[in-house]
This record gives sequence, structure tokens and C-alpha cells, in this order.
Amino acid sequence: MSPLHRLGAGTKLIGLAACSLALLAVRSPAAAGAAVAGVLALYAVAGLGPRALWSQVRPLRWFVPCVVAVQWATLGPLAAAVLTTRLVALVALAGLVTLTTPTSHLLAALEGALGPLGRVGVDAERAALVLALAVRSVPVLADLAGTVRDARRARGREHDVRAFAVPLVVGSLRRADALGEALRARGLDD
Amino acid sequence: MTEVVLDAVHVRHDDREVLRGVTLRLTERRVAVIGANGSGKSTLARLLNGLVVPTSGRVLVDGLDTRRRGREVRRRVGFVFTDPDAQIIMPTVAEDVAYSLRRSGLSKAELGTRVAAELHRHGLADHADHPAHLLSGGQKQLLALTSVLVTAPRLVVADEPTTLLDLRNTRAVADRLAGLDQHVVLVTHDLDLVAGYDRVLVVDGGRVVVDDVPAAAVPAYRRMMA
Repeated sequence: MSPLHRLGAGTKLIGLAACSLALLAVRSPAAAGAAVAGVLALYAVAGLGPRALWSQVRPLRWFVPCVVAVQWATLGPLAAAVLTTRLVALVALAGLVTLTTPTSHLLAALEGALGPLGRVGVDAERAALVLALAVRSVPVLADLAGTVRDARRARGREHDVRAFAVPLVVGSLRRADALGEALRARGLDD
Repeated sequence: MTEVVLDAVHVRHDDREVLRGVTLRLTERRVAVIGANGSGKSTLARLLNGLVVPTSGRVLVDGLDTRRRGREVRRRVGFVFTDPDAQIIMPTVAEDVAYSLRRSGLSKAELGTRVAAELHRHGLADHADHPAHLLSGGQKQLLALTSVLVTAPRLVVADEPTTLLDLRNTRAVADRLAGLDQHVVLVTHDLDLVAGYDRVLVVDGGRVVVDDVPAAAVPAYRRMMA
């Protein structure tokens, strides 16, 4: 357990917000370099290697070249490099919070922060539950998409978009029904 | 002792009659429900914790009407679904068990101890902080069962809990159910599982057509399906 793992979820979220504001102020290559050094240092403190870092920024690998191309054309190479570095650094930092914080702690922090809004009709517990369900549903739906893709291939319809979309939507809705039933069985509305 | 009473229960979905006049009194510790697909077994199971309320007639669990006292009924009756993926609500194993205890009034530390003990008892201790989606099918069903049992229900209703499992995991889940102190109502297609049960109901066309000990009910069901 690194010091970053031990830090409270709320503190880390506030820290992340502060860092993203600070990143907005980064305009020079030197400052961008310092930001990258900072991110690398934080990953090192958390005991996470380059592989963990890559897994967090990997989803950007198609997006970054497009952004760079547009900015290069409109703002020049230097600005493009600085702006892109800011973006990647921010995603890496957000990933660091996810990697070092159990989902339940993030949800509890959120619930605590939303608590005072209860007076104006915000149900904090339910908001946190919705987030948890979203996190939980990603792998379940990814599984479903895999099954649908296999079924489509087995029937020789690889390129038929409808043969993918229709069963995926129908399957997702069925799962939503089943989840609703499970929530009721476990006393959500009681 | 837990007593479930169904009194002239009819259930209609749109214009299809799913259950047509079921009257039962269940007091045995182990009750199995068998029957063909679409016979009304799952609906019968869902009546017992108020997930489905009868269109006419009534269902009483320890004297509590599921229509008006659904909340108290669900506190007494735990429900295990066929597909554990639908039942697991939280992203990680320990969190899902903890979700069941959210209204128990335990402190954070007590909650952690209780969850850890329960996971240990069901052989899931090594997976406490793993994402639920990385468990095998059998482990997922054991997690679903753990999350139900941690609330100490008096009756556990399981709707085909082994249909998606291989032989080894079917055994594991069936043994776990067989070893419970609680009353169990098990809906299943696996006729081997019901041998040790006290009472077997055969459902067909929305009615309970056989109500007997396994040695009589299972052969009767086999003859019906021949």
C-alpha cells in the first residue's frame, strides 16, 4: 500500500480537480515537461510501472494523433505539443486516482459530497448506486457484445450492422429488466 | 419454522394465464419445483418474495401478505436468480456482499469483518477485492448466494441456480443449498438435485399437477414428459 493508496478518496478527487486547473495554466514547453515529470513521479510513488500508465492512456492512442494534426495546422507544432501533453497528463492523473482507489471509496466520497444536497431533493445514496451500476454494467455488456459478435460470425453475417445492433439492444434491455428485478429482490425500494 | 401459504393464486400477464389456481401450504425444509419451460415455475418462485403479486388470490409468508407487506417478506425470503450476472450489483466481490448489509446499522469496521467472514465461509476470501466480472460462472453464483445469505433470510428461493453451471459447480451450489439451516425452495431442471428433498411439486400448464415425495413425483414427471 503506497501513500497514494492510503489517501482518502475525497482528498484525491479534490487533488485531481486542483491538478486539472493547474494544467490549464501550463503554456510553455518547460511547464509541460514539469507536468509530465510530476505525473511520472506520482506513478512511481504509487508503485505503478509504465505498463499501468500505458493502460490508462492507451484509449487516447487514436484520438491524440487527430488532435495533434488539427492543432499543428492551426496553432503550430509547439502549441500542439503543449496542449496534447496537458491532455495526456490529465488522463493519466485521472487514471491514477482510479488505480489507487477502490470504487466503493470513490462512491462513498461522492455520496458524502452529495449528502448536503439531500435538502434540495438529491438522493445521494441512489446517485452513488447508479454510478456503481454503471461501473458494474460495463463488463457485463462487453460480454454480451462479444456473444452477439460470435453469434453473428457463426451465422456468416460478419458485416451486417443490424445483425449486431438489434440483438445487442434487445439483450441489454433484457439485462436491465433482470437487474431491476434483482434490485427489488435485494430490497432497494423497501 | 417458516410457513408459506398460497391461497387460490392466479397470475395473468396481459391475457395469458401463467398460474391458474394454485393452493399450497409449504412448511417442509426442502421443497423442489420441477416442470417444463413455460409451465409457470419461475412465476411460482417469484410469488414467494413478492416480486410477482397474484392477480387474484393471496400469498402469505409467515402470515405476511406479499401484496401489502412486501418489504418484510423480502427481508425473510432471499432470492437466487439463474444468471448471477444479473444479480451482482456492485463492481467488486466484497462490495456486493456489503451492499446487502447497507441498512444493517453496522459500523464500517464491523461491516468489513462480517463481509470477510462470510466470503471466507463460502471460499471466496481470496477474491474479496476482485472485480466480480473476473470470477468464473460458479464463483459468481456462489457470490450471489453469499450476498443473499449474509442477510440471514429464513427462506431461500432459488430459480434454476445451476442451469448455467458445469457439473462441478452445479454440485458446489447444490451442496451449499443442501447444507443450509434455512428453508429452501429450489426450482430446477436437474432432477438429480431433488432426490434428498422433502417434497417435490410438478408444475404443468400453470397448475401444480403432482405434489409428492421425490421417489413418486420425479417418475411421474418423467412419464408426463415421455
